[in-house]
Amino acid sequence: METILDTYKATKIEAVNVWFKAASVNDFPADGGACVKYKNKQIAVFNFTRLGKWYACQNVCPHKMEMVLSRGMIGDDKGIPKVACPLHKKTFSLESGENLNGDLGAIATYPVKVEGNDVYIGFSE
Amino acid sequence: MKKIIVVGNGMVGYKFCEKFVAQENAENFKIIIFGEEPRPAYDRVHLSEFFENQNAKALEMAPATWYADNGIELITGERVADINRTEKTITTAKDREFAYDYLVMATGSSPFVPPIKGVEKEGVFVYRTIEDLEGMLAYAAKLKAEKPNAKAAVLGGGLLGLEAGKAVLDMGLEPHIVEFAPKLMPRQLDTRSSQVLKLKLESIGLNIHLSKATNQILGDKFITGMEFGEDDILNVDMLIISAGIRPRDELAKACGLDVGVRGGIVVDDTMKTSDDNIYAIGEIALYNQMIYGLVAPGYDMAEVAVQQVLGNSEVKMAEEIDMSTKLKLIGVDVASFGEPFMPASKGHSIIFENKTEYLYKRINVSLDGKSLLGGILVGDASDYNMLHQMYLNDMKIPENAAQLILPASDGASAFGDVTDLPDEAQVCSCESVTKGQICAAIENGEATDVAGVVSCTKAGTGCGGCKPMVTDLTNATLKSLGITVKEGVCEHFDLSRQDLYQIIKVKGYTTFNEVLDNHGNGGHGCELCKPLVASLMATINADTANKEYAIQDSNDRFLANIQRNGTYSVVPRVPGGEITPDKLIALGEIAKKYDLYTKITGGVRIDLFGATLNQLPLIWKELISHGFESGHAYGKSLRTVKTCVGSTWCRYGMDESVSFGIELENRYRGIRAPHKIKGGVSGCIRECAEARGKDFGLIAVEGGWNLYVGGNGGATPRHAELLAEQIDNETVIKYLDRYLMFYMRTAKPLQRTAAWQERLEGGLNYVKEVVIEDKLGIAEDLEKEMQTLVNKFECEWTQAVNNPEMMKRFNHFVNSKDDDDNLVFVPMREQKMPEPWK
Repeated sequence: METILDTYKATKIEAVNVWFKAASVNDFPADGGACVKYKNKQIAVFNFTRLGKWYACQNVCPHKMEMVLSRGMIGDDKGIPKVACPLHKKTFSLESGENLNGDLGAIATYPVKVEGNDVYIGFSE
Repeated sequence: MKKIIVVGNGMVGYKFCEKFVAQENAENFKIIIFGEEPRPAYDRVHLSEFFENQNAKALEMAPATWYADNGIELITGERVADINRTEKTITTAKDREFAYDYLVMATGSSPFVPPIKGVEKEGVFVYRTIEDLEGMLAYAAKLKAEKPNAKAAVLGGGLLGLEAGKAVLDMGLEPHIVEFAPKLMPRQLDTRSSQVLKLKLESIGLNIHLSKATNQILGDKFITGMEFGEDDILNVDMLIISAGIRPRDELAKACGLDVGVRGGIVVDDTMKTSDDNIYAIGEIALYNQMIYGLVAPGYDMAEVAVQQVLGNSEVKMAEEIDMSTKLKLIGVDVASFGEPFMPASKGHSIIFENKTEYLYKRINVSLDGKSLLGGILVGDASDYNMLHQMYLNDMKIPENAAQLILPASDGASAFGDVTDLPDEAQVCSCESVTKGQICAAIENGEATDVAGVVSCTKAGTGCGGCKPMVTDLTNATLKSLGITVKEGVCEHFDLSRQDLYQIIKVKGYTTFNEVLDNHGNGGHGCELCKPLVASLMATINADTANKEYAIQDSNDRFLANIQRNGTYSVVPRVPGGEITPDKLIALGEIAKKYDLYTKITGGVRIDLFGATLNQLPLIWKELISHGFESGHAYGKSLRTVKTCVGSTWCRYGMDESVSFGIELENRYRGIRAPHKIKGGVSGCIRECAEARGKDFGLIAVEGGWNLYVGGNGGATPRHAELLAEQIDNETVIKYLDRYLMFYMRTAKPLQRTAAWQERLEGGLNYVKEVVIEDKLGIAEDLEKEMQTLVNKFECEWTQAVNNPEMMKRFNHFVNSKDDDDNLVFVPMREQKMPEPWK
């Protein structure tokens, strides 16, 4: 199962080589997420309307390795934007990827940009 | 290393061990404890709970492993048969010999069986051990199968007898209490309070027979009745004897220890017997010429014996022992403290009696009117803790002492505050924990909430009667330290669920953001408050989960139950469990087409597992075309109303349980509640639908339905309690509308009806007052609100498949029609299952 996690590496905006045009803004619910397919990757993308920000991370929850994070609820933990996994409510920072209510490894996060009506996710490859 | 042998593994014997191993020098001693019962010590005070859940483990004082972990040798199922005081050895019934340096007798007592002719007959029981209870349950089950209206009597109307009466009620037999004295609980209550208690118990269905001397037990092989006088016979099918206890002092007598004339081992204030190396504690010890049948003095004795063995000879038993008690007997508060019966020469009594509400309160005040000497409370003992503390600490009482028991007109308490208690006030008498210790635990940072206080001081772990006071003290101390006591649902709201309900209703909010922006703490919500607000808006506005799906919990968001691998299961509604062959075939064909694992659920519906997000709408379109609708198996809402087949087919059926079950399921389908709700309808008292294990349950009886509320299975199983008897269909619906709506308005998040009902001040009685008597004057509102929800019901799957905007969410990818390629299924018998987690 290690191989699934190896597919996802946290990517800083400086390292972005590819801006992948994922979908249009209207395809995502307000203050909620959806899943984007990029090559062999599944990326959870969240439209955090209340903050006016977009976030992206791996769709796989490192707890049980299921492709579910995009279906989780978002919110904040003392100001840190987070997503809660729909299976066991493990929560992860959408900024650092850190597990906020346990000691699971951090999830990989990716930069997002919106141009016009289109949502782009940044990858290094 | 010195050896201590404890004879008797009951509550007090166990407590001796627990207190001993907590001492500094404990490692210089080896303890062996013997119990004649097959299992380790259990909580006999709460024995009647065994009838509710049959969970012996839950009653254990500590698991068998605890003894080993603490270096104690526990030998159960082996009685100590002989003591040789000169050799300092004991011999067990299995003829094994053990040597001791100190012997602690904690043999307790056994039930007294009066020498009545015929007590040896089958169906006559005593009430003391779990084995006794198991015997009763087996006999009662056999009786009920042969005779639906079987009766059981309890001989003895004392405290234990009434506990046994509750057991009879729980076993579903017609209960009778037979008492020799002219009043109930003769040792704790005066005549008037005893009369009030009798009226109250009769109102809940107990038959009480006072001043009855039983001459003989009737029947050939098994009991058929009790004869009191020549023409005075009570026909009963079972008898539980609870006519007092006798100390188990046969061992002590045999080895020549001093015993009292009426039994019990004589001890001094160090708990020492007439032999310097032998101590006696608990119900076997005769101290001040008295046997103390309460757990708190027994624990004090254990503490004294521990300290004496360790050489701390200054620790002695108090001269006066507080026999105050507070109990809930069959749901009725009964308490007495200090001197309940006081001679007129010592003071004056103030008595408040209200038979219409089954209330009796008496306090005894010193002649100078300055101190409280004792009292009795029946029907409402909520003031017991404060009154008891005033008595114990000889606190000043108000000039007009009557204020202490008169119903407050302005809601103000005559007691002042828990913080007024002196630090040495003993709050938990079972564990001897003072107010000072509780406050210190918080002040020095050891505990930050009630659970923490309980775990580090042990307060409230005995009889539990002091819990409310421990809670108040904890909250007051936290407050005094400037720590706010959290009542809010999460970090985003300082409001409780009930507060939020009121606010949303009054302000008419329709979105989560409106509620958060106007009443939140400036954050952005989370997985606790979002589904809560969603549920409240569903309750208030009859919204379906389609409206604002991003605030719905995992299952509601996709109107299906998420399973282990992120696929979903689908449960269409099958009201009352009635289904046509055509519909069954349709389910089978759809399951086959989408390769779904199929299983009958615990709520007797059909569950189809393994559907991907993309498949959900396709499956539902087909289900809807065959006449199915959402079963709401994913929601905190009504699941099923389970029914037995009832009088439509069953030869025993008293009413049409299926028809009524279908009507109720269709009435309450879709409504969102604090937690899931399950119902059951049985056509007769054989109860094949297990209705009493549901949030609401109906059982058809002669003349109507018996309505039970507040039951559930799950981690803490509860039997539903009787709300109303012999009512017609229309009244059932009226009461249920009110009950469910009241629950939906006032429960905490994720609180089932059982926990809600139990924690309401006044419990089931209060529910009855609100639902049946309309004490709050809100019954009409509750019914209207429920009717609105019923009228606005809409199948949310039908709504979703007909709305392209709502359908957008049922795609695994937002930019592709592919399914999740991470899914792996493996074969399972003739079907499939997700690959096991690694």
